[in-house]
Amino acid sequence: MTSDNKDLGLTGSRRDNLQATSLPKPSLESSVKPKVIVITGYGINCEEETAKAFELSGGLPKIVHINDLIENPKMLDDYQIMAFPGGFSYGDDTGSGNALANKIKNNIEKEILEFAQKDKLIIGICNGFQILTNLGLVPAKEKKYGQRQAVLMHNAHARYECRWIKLKNTSQKCIWTRNIDTLNCPIAHGEGNFYAEKEVIDSLIKNDQIAFKYVKDDNSPADLQFPFNPNGAMLDIAGICDESGRILGLMPHPERFNSFTNEEGWTLTKEKLLREGKALPTFGKGLQVFKNAIEYFTK
Amino acid sequence: MAHRIEVVTNVNDTRSEVMRKNLVSEGFKIEAAKVLEVYTVNKNFNSDEIKKIAEILSNSISQKYKIDEPFNDIDFDFALEIGFLPGVTDNIGTTAKESIEEFTKQNFIDEESVHTSTLMLLKGKITAEDTKKIGEILANKLIQRIHVKDKKTFDKDNGMDLIVPQVHLSSEIEISKIDLNISEEELLKIGKEGILNHDGTRRGPLTLEKDYLYAIKKYFEKEGRSPTDIELETLAQTWSEHCKHTIFAAEIDEIKDGLYKGYIKKATIDIRNKKGKDDFCVSVFSDNSGAIIFDENYLITDKAETHNSPSALDPFGGAITGIVGVNRDTIGFGKGAKPVLNKYGFCVGLPDDEEPIYRDKDLKEASLTPKRIFEGVISGVNAGGNQSGIPTPQGFTYFHKDYKGKPLIFVGTVGLIPKMINGKPSHEKSAHKGDKIVMIGGKVGQDGIHGATFSSETLSAGSPATAVQIGDPITQKKFSDAIIKEARAMGLYNSITDDGAGGLSSSVAEMAKECGGCEVELDKVPLKYPNLEPWKIWISESQERMTLSIPEEKLEQFMALMKRRGVEATVIGTFTDSGRCIIKYKSEKIMDIEMDFLHNGLPKKTLKTTYTKIDREEKEIPEPKDLTKKLLQLLKNPNIASTEFIPRQYDHSVQGGAVLGPLHGKGRVMSPASVTKPMIETKKGAVCSQGLYPKYSEIDTYDMAACSIDTAIRNSIAIGGKLSHMALMDNFCWCSSDESERLGQLKAAAKACYDYALIYETPYISGKDSMFNDFKGFDKNGKAIKISAPPTLLISSLSVMDDITKAVSLDTKFAGDLVYILGETKNELAGSEYFPEGKNVPKVNAISAKKLYEKVEQAILKNMIASSLSPSHGGLATTFAKKTIAGQLGMEIDLNKVPREKDLNRNDFILFSESQSRFVVTINPKNKGKFEKLFKDEIFACVGQVLDSQKFTIKGVNGEIIIDTDMETLEESYKSTFKNY
Repeated sequence: MTSDNKDLGLTGSRRDNLQATSLPKPSLESSVKPKVIVITGYGINCEEETAKAFELSGGLPKIVHINDLIENPKMLDDYQIMAFPGGFSYGDDTGSGNALANKIKNNIEKEILEFAQKDKLIIGICNGFQILTNLGLVPAKEKKYGQRQAVLMHNAHARYECRWIKLKNTSQKCIWTRNIDTLNCPIAHGEGNFYAEKEVIDSLIKNDQIAFKYVKDDNSPADLQFPFNPNGAMLDIAGICDESGRILGLMPHPERFNSFTNEEGWTLTKEKLLREGKALPTFGKGLQVFKNAIEYFTK
Repeated sequence: MAHRIEVVTNVNDTRSEVMRKNLVSEGFKIEAAKVLEVYTVNKNFNSDEIKKIAEILSNSISQKYKIDEPFNDIDFDFALEIGFLPGVTDNIGTTAKESIEEFTKQNFIDEESVHTSTLMLLKGKITAEDTKKIGEILANKLIQRIHVKDKKTFDKDNGMDLIVPQVHLSSEIEISKIDLNISEEELLKIGKEGILNHDGTRRGPLTLEKDYLYAIKKYFEKEGRSPTDIELETLAQTWSEHCKHTIFAAEIDEIKDGLYKGYIKKATIDIRNKKGKDDFCVSVFSDNSGAIIFDENYLITDKAETHNSPSALDPFGGAITGIVGVNRDTIGFGKGAKPVLNKYGFCVGLPDDEEPIYRDKDLKEASLTPKRIFEGVISGVNAGGNQSGIPTPQGFTYFHKDYKGKPLIFVGTVGLIPKMINGKPSHEKSAHKGDKIVMIGGKVGQDGIHGATFSSETLSAGSPATAVQIGDPITQKKFSDAIIKEARAMGLYNSITDDGAGGLSSSVAEMAKECGGCEVELDKVPLKYPNLEPWKIWISESQERMTLSIPEEKLEQFMALMKRRGVEATVIGTFTDSGRCIIKYKSEKIMDIEMDFLHNGLPKKTLKTTYTKIDREEKEIPEPKDLTKKLLQLLKNPNIASTEFIPRQYDHSVQGGAVLGPLHGKGRVMSPASVTKPMIETKKGAVCSQGLYPKYSEIDTYDMAACSIDTAIRNSIAIGGKLSHMALMDNFCWCSSDESERLGQLKAAAKACYDYALIYETPYISGKDSMFNDFKGFDKNGKAIKISAPPTLLISSLSVMDDITKAVSLDTKFAGDLVYILGETKNELAGSEYFPEGKNVPKVNAISAKKLYEKVEQAILKNMIASSLSPSHGGLATTFAKKTIAGQLGMEIDLNKVPREKDLNRNDFILFSESQSRFVVTINPKNKGKFEKLFKDEIFACVGQVLDSQKFTIKGVNGEIIIDTDMETLEESYKSTFKNY
């Protein structure tokens, strides 16, 4: 991986520099790598690329079936980071993320809430975000972990949507979004329309909990305008964190931007770099999200 | 007593609003619509419990619920409820039941159940009749019930009715013996209409022809007894055209080996021999998918299927079970491959054709309109693919008036599997004597009875409604993960296959071939509802099931793993080496047939063909005065226009390996080829493309096939595919295959498959055929009609490129780049989208094309090509336009420079001819020298350049401007046809 470092940051723009310039070297002892539990089962389907994103960012991920965790919740003690990947848990039946959240609440709510309140990190991506909101891990206003305070509703046009959008980091607090100003990212969901009552929204703003907002190409607010805001989310909210900044839920999929060649329009960038006599980057900028989590424990 | 829970969304209810808009656009005067979710919980709970249940089934932030009473604060005129008919899979009901069980710690027993329905409260200037009509638009009567109440009745009844849709079957189960010593007329009737029930009705078509029936009769005379119903049903399934491909297997004219062995398989064998040590095929035609080498450690598999007949009746159900079913062909390859990408292809009638056609003479069973079929199949693949977590980067749509009766719904899946698993080649598998037969996944119901025999025949009024199936992707996802990601590496099974067409009768009997016999205890099979007759259990095509052979010593471990993963697994028998397929039901032997007769007892067919080439005249058409207008019209042609709304609703980035997907460039133009990295950490990519030309078929099926092959190959080359590592698949969808002329057309197409594959050295690794895509019914005046789908051959290509960073998209990149055409343009207008008549259908010269393709490959590897797209439907003009739209940069072209055959000087012919084996590429002007040097022995020319303005101009052969427009106008046309979808 060290050989790739020279490929990175070649395009010269500010944003390009911050991704992966210091991806961990393979020599890093696995014993010091933060351990990541990546939850799967019942229709979660992004566990492999999520685990891969943590691995490429220097973590030690393990994919664990929810039933195995329910059988042995003590295993959580071994992990510093927990990830709820994207997918279609229970086919979105009875509301996206609801049925799996119910399963967790019915079996290991106590252990999950304990994990959430320790100095550990949690991320929920897409369906994982829907699960986190149903579990009440975000926004957890007034530290009321376990209380549902927000909901991800059907997209404004009531259809599943898969496209690249642009995000702006709007939180100083969120650990996961550090070193990111804007980020292009794929979304793929049918229910990403963030809604919460006014007092919750007010407290999100007050407590600097809005991690990502959808923006237009020129970084101006999407202002609910499709397709920049792809789902009609209030205040263009794409991701929120808890009051501590350790727990992030977001609709976009940074793990799907793990390689340079993932990005929409990369062939144009390639052609530009070739004509400038420059080499092509290897990694994708989405990895920065995962790198931030790893560095929280290693730096 | 059952409870009814109604859930309403009280903030941001976009679904209701979209519903209202859709109904208004259908012409109903709806002022307000409210969509409610209804759960009917058929189990006794006290009021406290049911309240808590309602809470977990709804969202406290955005929703409200009512128990056993309706909401009284919603203003409406009519209530419309749509629920499932008894026995139809209700996925949300299943999830709700599981959530309730976990929450209450009480299990549902016996007939206790949860059902879901949708209640719509509509306000507006509508009548009860309108409301019923809305119900018929939104529901499918074959699987759903519609219930309408006006406000007054609703209030009087205190809401809608409590309905528990359960299946009740007669508990008297009888295994009937079928006497075959009957008149020939009676015998043929059994073949055509099915076994006679006591009440005089028949069980549905067995599609057994006369010689098959006599072969069966003779066999049972030898056995000294009459067959049981299950034996006869099993033979019908196993010998069906769908399962045994009897037409492709039959001796046909001078080809003793038949079309499959004589042309398709022979091409692969000859190519493999020719390639010698460079042969990349690993497992071809023998398994659920075909497999080629991916890299030193992995194989990549491919398979494409059709689900035409089910999709005609229930487009959503047909398409979702199609895509999820072809995923199982991947999971069922070798020891189990992981699905890494899905593909689709929808051939449907013209989207604006609303002229009704009927399946029955009384004009009661109307066929669905092409538009409804189109929308339904799109949603089906959406649900199946998205929920399974498999990206869909590749697909196409094609419209033709003759797909109106029977649409062609193609679905395909590419998979990845390590070459070696536990030290053994992963593509080899075999059930051993003594292994347990284990069924995993869903339960068995009446759904899909006679699916295999049904799809082997023409669609008509007698087509069974039970052939409709519903998909349940999450049940499949659970076992797919448990098998591919866990059980496979643990070595817990010896063999695995999919329960597809024919259900257990097909999967178990196929696996039993590996060891030489089986003994099944049918009463062990888990059922959706009690008292299903044994023959139905055996042939049911209930979805999301697979069959495995598990060695006795691994059984406990396997069953424990499945239990922990929430996967239902049941031992239903034992594999043997007795040479017989034996079935017992409650200890009684109800089937006992020789394996050899079951699989090889069917008489071989001998077919004779004719192929009368109609002497078509090359029609004179005047050259249009306004070619700009003509181009804009063509861009709106549904076969050329953007269907961006489809890839937008299909997840094409999941699994994290997207490279070049369905839409290219800032202008988002549909690409005919895609590149996907099935493993994030490598640079190797899977390149997929598809080709078909149904309009050429009536002119010449040989050339039609040649063009399909060439298109699938060159689209792949254009994006970065590697010809020396490219495999093909053939999907024949023919019509009236009992007619000698249609068989003649088929033979010519199959011959082209052999001839062209051999030159390109692209072996076939898998294929499928569907031979009777005909509709027999009635027009609105009750006149009998037959609509036959045009003979269609879909060729899919799969190539492995070594370095995905070399991939080239179709969008132009920078102003000043030079536009080149590679390949020759000929007077080949016939069958084109511009002029679908005449006789000069494009022909393919594969020898020169192959040389050109190898050069294009080199140019791409040397980074010489900045953008590339191969002309197909619509010819050069639409290709220039698409590149312009994608790059959002103007273009100027000089037609006189286009390399073309002598005497071809009509501007419209040059612009719209669909001559094959051509590319339009753009290059950095700095590469001009080395680019032209590389192609010096090929037919090519620089014909224009990319502009920094938005202008789009084409100069004609005489130097005059013949097309003068701009990028926005082109884009507007290209995206207008489906903009409201």
